[in-house]
Amino acid sequence: MTAHLRPAIVLVLLFTLLLGGAVPLLFTSVAGVVVPFQAGGSLIERDGKVIGSALLGQNFTSEKYFQLRPSATTNPDPNDATKTVAAPYDASSSGASNLAPTSKALIDRVTEDVKKLGPAPVPADAVTTSASGLDPDISPANALRQVAGVAKARGLPEAKVRALVLANTQEPFLGLIGEARVNVLKLNLALDALPPG
Amino acid sequence: MTLIGWAQIALVFALIVICAYPLGLYIARVLAGDKVLLSPVLAPVERGLYSLAGIDPRQGMGWMGYAVALLLLNALHFLLLYAMLRLQFYLPFNPQGMVGMSPTLAFNTAMSFVTNTNWQAYAGEGALSYGSQMFGLTVHNFLSAATGIAAAAAVARAFAAGGVKELGNFWADLTRITLYLLLPLAIVVGAALLLMGVPMTLSAYVDATTLEGAKQTIALGPVAFQEAIKLLGTNGGGFFNANSAHPFENPNAISNVLEIFSLVVIPFSLPFFFGKIVGDLRQGVALFAVMAIFAVGFVAFAYAAEAANPLLTALGVDPSMGNMEGKEVRFGTAMSILFAVMTTGTSCGAVNMMHDSMMPLAGLVPLFQMQLGEVTPGGVGSGLYAMLVFALISVFVAGLMVGRTPEYLGKKIQAKEVKLAMLSVLILCLSILGGTAVSIVLPVATASLANAGPHGLSEMLYAYTSATANNGSAFAGLSADTPWLDITLALAMLFGRFAYLVPVLAIAGSLAAKPKLPPSAGSFPTHGPLFVGLMVGVIVIIGGLQFMPALSLGPLAEHVSMLANTTF
Repeated sequence: MTAHLRPAIVLVLLFTLLLGGAVPLLFTSVAGVVVPFQAGGSLIERDGKVIGSALLGQNFTSEKYFQLRPSATTNPDPNDATKTVAAPYDASSSGASNLAPTSKALIDRVTEDVKKLGPAPVPADAVTTSASGLDPDISPANALRQVAGVAKARGLPEAKVRALVLANTQEPFLGLIGEARVNVLKLNLALDALPPG
Repeated sequence: MTLIGWAQIALVFALIVICAYPLGLYIARVLAGDKVLLSPVLAPVERGLYSLAGIDPRQGMGWMGYAVALLLLNALHFLLLYAMLRLQFYLPFNPQGMVGMSPTLAFNTAMSFVTNTNWQAYAGEGALSYGSQMFGLTVHNFLSAATGIAAAAAVARAFAAGGVKELGNFWADLTRITLYLLLPLAIVVGAALLLMGVPMTLSAYVDATTLEGAKQTIALGPVAFQEAIKLLGTNGGGFFNANSAHPFENPNAISNVLEIFSLVVIPFSLPFFFGKIVGDLRQGVALFAVMAIFAVGFVAFAYAAEAANPLLTALGVDPSMGNMEGKEVRFGTAMSILFAVMTTGTSCGAVNMMHDSMMPLAGLVPLFQMQLGEVTPGGVGSGLYAMLVFALISVFVAGLMVGRTPEYLGKKIQAKEVKLAMLSVLILCLSILGGTAVSIVLPVATASLANAGPHGLSEMLYAYTSATANNGSAFAGLSADTPWLDITLALAMLFGRFAYLVPVLAIAGSLAAKPKLPPSAGSFPTHGPLFVGLMVGVIVIIGGLQFMPALSLGPLAEHVSMLANTTF
């Protein structure tokens, strides 16, 4: 046992310095020089201010913007630390609803949302929460359903907005891997960049 | 279910099968101490470590020596992580000023990482400093994985020759696996993930002003490197709370395929390593076949079961996308299911969707895979040695059927080995069912449940199953950070890892000393389809007898309730 003590202690310490210190720090410095955009979280700036990450959803409530999926991220309740309050798309607190398929809370929530978004059938992603609470994407069907509303709120022709959705639709890799999707932050940025009228 | 979905699944399987074979042979070379491509760079590092630590890599260890070395290193590493988590406020690389963990949470977390479980009762971005992630968790990801592979190597060697006392040198096995296998793979996979958008930075969280003028705080960190070893080592502890569902851990469909590939490639390569070590590749192919039959069967079953929730379809939700609650759009149902089945068939436990929201019968698959003892294909190393335990039980059963002394690879399997093998199996059962049974009647535990009805039982069962099987995924609605769950689940992890491993090493020690008999006319061949079928049957029957009653009360009861329109 004592003969094993030195190898055990030394290996734990040296591997901690090597695998926890040297390699990740070197990796970080190289990443910061070679691919600073990705290494830094794919942050998007507009007029010199960070407006979000290309990879993360953010909370949209205005009718002038396309809406993301419902988000289940929460924060601690400031009045009662044992409870939580809804904080959609909080990128410092990822999380999901974790509701079971037979959960009454799930059925109630979806009933409510379907009523708001109707007529049926409503795309599934529009009324379900994502796993991270930060899903940046919606399905093309979901985006296309929102075209009329957004066009009206902005006073734009529907065809123009629809074209923008199609231009921002990402197809599966080689038509096979992954699902077709629309990154909503990028779509809304493109909307804002359109000349008025 | 779509044709494209099945095609995606088939493609990833093909990729795994192609790579597993050469990787298995590479691992055999590494563990034999042979020269490999990276030796010119890494051999000096290896020698440096040996000389500083006073290790003679050629000195063999008996099974007890091997077990003591393994346990001692892991015990020290546990203590170091516990201290780090408690004291992280005072340690470097803490731009968010994270405070130390509570004693029970730190105990749970340190146990979780030392046992390769990576159960997470905390939310990474809200509770851990960058320093704790790097110096603590990342290093544990490497060493717990290397520990598992080293133990598997020791067990494999027991079958290789006759009349030997020694199973190898633990220090050398651990060092070689870490340096020549895990580190290079982690750098390559980490770099690929980085290019696709997984962050790698030490800067503090960023405050963004959204298009609507609200503040959004974006959690960042040195993610990419840890992400890679999290998967390669079948660890599964996410940098962020949402794990591989978080866009920063798994940004797109290609990164998702890479992650699935990373988390199963080593477990699937180890049977070939075993075949090489024992000098009969057909034996490895047979074990691989058993693993693959389960993996393919479970994926197909779960994908078929994960159709749209009929209760939501009745409300007017379009069923074509499948069950999207707790899933990300970029992955869709097919690639979420494949990830879920692979992560629970290995002991990984990373998730790219929330298992708690899976359809009842689909959610049964992760549970049952873990309860089978993680052999489909199992964790790095732990999958192989658990599979060998089942191989011993299978030859024993075959021996009973034909009335001969059972043999495996020329080693006589006698009462002592079979007793130890059954002890290993029963320890898992006791920890899973015992833990669940006690907790489900204790208000202090049931207060943590997020869902009611049969799904509540599934949540609790999943927790003790995942902890005991050293998986680490969760039905995550369960509020796991309570003193009761922190401590009992940590003990379940401890039993599941080390109380399983020590009897297995004892079997290895006993078998190593036996002579290796040449195959005779009476030997039962252990490489053909007959043996593969027998092993599949033994695994299903043992798992089914132990866990079907509990599964009936959880997922099956929930499924039937759902069909009857009952909600909870």
